[in-house]
Amino acid sequence: MNALRRNVLKGAAGASTVAIAIAAGMLKPTQAMAAWNAPAFDAKNVGDAMKGLGVSAPADSKDILIKAPDIAENGAVVPVEVTSKIAGTTSIAILAEKNGTPLVGDFTLSGGAQGFISTRIKMGQTSLVRAVVKAGGKSYTAAKEVKVTIGGCGG
Amino acid sequence: MAEPMRIRATMSGDVADIKVLMNHPMETGQRKDAKTGQLVPAHFIQDVTATINGATVLSANLGSGVSKNPYLGFKVKGPKAGDKVVVNWTDNKGDKNTAETAIA
Amino acid sequence: MKQRMIMKLLAGMTGLGIALGAATVHATPEGDRQELAKFYTSKYPNIKLEDYVYGALAFDADSKAQYEAIMEFPPFESEIEKGRRMWETPFKNGKTYASCLPNGGNQIAGNYPMFDEAQGKVVTLQDAINACRTANGEEAYKLSDMKTMGVLTAYMRTLSNGMIMNIKVESPKAVAAYEAGKKTFYSRSGQLNFACSSCHVQNAGNRLRSELISPAIGHAVHWPVFRGGDNLVTLQNRYTGCFKQVRAVPPPVGGTVMNNLEFFHSSLSNGLPMKASVFRK
Repeated sequence: MNALRRNVLKGAAGASTVAIAIAAGMLKPTQAMAAWNAPAFDAKNVGDAMKGLGVSAPADSKDILIKAPDIAENGAVVPVEVTSKIAGTTSIAILAEKNGTPLVGDFTLSGGAQGFISTRIKMGQTSLVRAVVKAGGKSYTAAKEVKVTIGGCGG
Repeated sequence: MAEPMRIRATMSGDVADIKVLMNHPMETGQRKDAKTGQLVPAHFIQDVTATINGATVLSANLGSGVSKNPYLGFKVKGPKAGDKVVVNWTDNKGDKNTAETAIA
Repeated sequence: MKQRMIMKLLAGMTGLGIALGAATVHATPEGDRQELAKFYTSKYPNIKLEDYVYGALAFDADSKAQYEAIMEFPPFESEIEKGRRMWETPFKNGKTYASCLPNGGNQIAGNYPMFDEAQGKVVTLQDAINACRTANGEEAYKLSDMKTMGVLTAYMRTLSNGMIMNIKVESPKAVAAYEAGKKTFYSRSGQLNFACSSCHVQNAGNRLRSELISPAIGHAVHWPVFRGGDNLVTLQNRYTGCFKQVRAVPPPVGGTVMNNLEFFHSSLSNGLPMKASVFRK
């Protein structure tokens, strides 16, 4: 059943298959809706990831605040907090630009959710951490550099 | 089999502050096993949804670039103490987990 | 590059090492601690001694902010939870760790390592846990087995959060163990010819390549740590790492040398509050 579900979600199958799966009780409608955006997440560079997110040439915005370290303690767990003060923010995406696959997460907000996401990300090397915000049909962006060093005595 | 997910939800003013810790290896598929030298297959949470009293407040797609044992914090305006928060995740192998709590 | 850094480090520390070594030979344990505290606080007047519980993080606001963000909901919570289940699971005879250890195991970690007069040696908290196990017909855990002893300790020490470290060095035998630990701490060893003090006294607060070096005061209160969020490391295993980093052969974990070192090293944190288990890079 899990394999079927993945095949269905990968988009290889047509809409009718989904309908049959739902009818057969294999998928709940809510699960089928949460399709994973493979083109965006598999993208190997920021441009393609943005394309996958349906974003082109987002405007730089000072109303997006990124709280992330200047130097990461450990590239495996880098705390990142994004606050969007842009009215009507509907989604926040976080990208680590030089990661093999830059898109880390895409968060769609609804039902009173504020323009705020806090998470922890992996970073392979020093790079910009970029936030892409969608609001009112437009897209906006901001970025902050996070340095990643190898090492760690840690006492 | 998955370890339980933890949720903390507290009201501060009229905003619910919700913090979720999921237990998951979040394997990228790029890491080699130290002993066998073989690539560890990708295994990561792809979808996370959160509802408050049944209404969706967050619907997230995650990549393998989210840290092991993912943490997610978000804020929702409007709910009251006692409202029910439910968080669900699904990973790339189709495993699922769900947890719920009442807003304190 | 690396060679040059090390040479610089060695050159910088020689003078201080001699001064400190000479001054502390006949001091009491409390005198040693106060003298060391004075050394740090006069070198870094803007950092409060109580912040030394954060180790190197006390010297860098950016690192400290990350620590706080991660500690808000630590990724290792499920490991601590595993430790709690181990702690609460009764032995085959129905007894528990809580029924075996003083005060139900609560607020006791700051008394360890403890000099056991009857045995005439230093007993660590992990030794006390193993003594409970063997007294109740269970096998002792291997001290370096993170899946058993490590996880159990990681939980058990949380029961002492907030306790003030209180290592007592009273009898002549206890003083001898303390002095042996102190000697290990200040003695150079390994191909790089470093002592513990070379880094954690003379160079605390300095950078060694990319690493900020932590002060020896405040070390012992916050172990074990979860490095990188999930890699559990106990204090003596960290000592092993230090010995290896200076290219010395580490003494065995749980042996007399390590236990005496932990005894001395822990006493340096007397008066500071315990906090287990924490995130480190």
